Amino acid sequence: MSRPEHLAPPEIFYNENEARKYTQNSRIMDIQMQMSERAVELLLLPEDEPCFLLDIGCGSGLSGSVLEDQGHFWVGMDISTAMLDIALEREVEGDVLLTDMGQGCPFRAGTFDGAISISALQWLCNADKTTHKPVQRLYKFFSSLYACLSRSARAVFQFYPENSEQMELVTAQAMKAGFYGGVVVDYPNSTKAKKFFLVLMTGGNVPLPKGLGSAEETQGVSYISKREQIKKARGKPLKKSRDWILEKKERRRRQMKDVRADSKYTGRKRSGRF
Amino acid sequence: MKLLTHNMLTSKCMKAVTVGYPLAINASDVRVSEVDFNPDFIAKIIPKVDWAVLWNAAESIGQLEGLPKEIVENYENDQDFLKKAHHVLLEVDVINGELICPETGRKFPINNGIPNLLLNEDEV
Repeated sequence: MSRPEHLAPPEIFYNENEARKYTQNSRIMDIQMQMSERAVELLLLPEDEPCFLLDIGCGSGLSGSVLEDQGHFWVGMDISTAMLDIALEREVEGDVLLTDMGQGCPFRAGTFDGAISISALQWLCNADKTTHKPVQRLYKFFSSLYACLSRSARAVFQFYPENSEQMELVTAQAMKAGFYGGVVVDYPNSTKAKKFFLVLMTGGNVPLPKGLGSAEETQGVSYISKREQIKKARGKPLKKSRDWILEKKERRRRQMKDVRADSKYTGRKRSGRF
Repeated sequence: MKLLTHNMLTSKCMKAVTVGYPLAINASDVRVSEVDFNPDFIAKIIPKVDWAVLWNAAESIGQLEGLPKEIVENYENDQDFLKKAHHVLLEVDVINGELICPETGRKFPINNGIPNLLLNEDEV
């Protein structure tokens, strides 16, 4: 899988050509929409109440349109002018700002009821200039984000971590900034559909929501029941079971041996007294 | 840039700045566009808005249109007040101009409605 963040810094990579894809390529648009919808679902906003949200790395405003459709108001920030021009062209309702998330979120304390970010966080893990220090930039970003969210607000980041160390780096900086939460993985057993959502909470530690498509039942249970079915199909009852004892007695009767009569007590466990 | 966004913006990300609020507006092009009126949202956002800053910002770009200087009592049910607040918060758009940091005097240009808040490396 190619990683755009290895090719060039975001403000260079998302040029006019790349930005154009976000209005023309229906597959990209579809995936962005789906991820945005899932991110909003994870935000757990109060129902039927318009909220004021922050979209980090809003790009051409695809995720913003999802917020609009659900009746929310939003402000977006992005580092690519080409992408923001596309957002203007699409006439999104929210305001967009040209900012670098690694320099912090330039808002007053307690401004937003929530924040979402689609496919942006991994860009922060790269040092594109000699002055960039990913750990410091991540911490600056998360601490300023924590300040501009209202209490009990959530922030949901869909991102593509390169490896487990990167995931740990991001999560550790978020916790250091005061957030609770962790990573929710949707469809963990699929390479293509697997999606990582970093769910951060400001007010207290609440259990994380479950990822979609994760296996509910353990494999051991289904294995045992399968083995029993196979045994039954072979015609032999499970050893030491009542059926097995009855069958054995029947066989010994046929051999003209002295066998006790069957009763309701046949095959029962002895009580503890013996 | 809407005045609601301006009301929330600060320049505190800069190194030497402690508060960085409010940013002064020097507007050369202001446009008014119609936005659907949502009384629930306006009533919800008013407690978060710094009203004095909003009033001064609206006055500085000449878009006051009868906005009272103080928040009226029982504003949730005052349709007239909510409509005025809605107009100033969401319908007034600063297209070109600049934002000025109150502490350092650093100017952030606004082009085509997008404020450029990118900082140089020595300012972070």
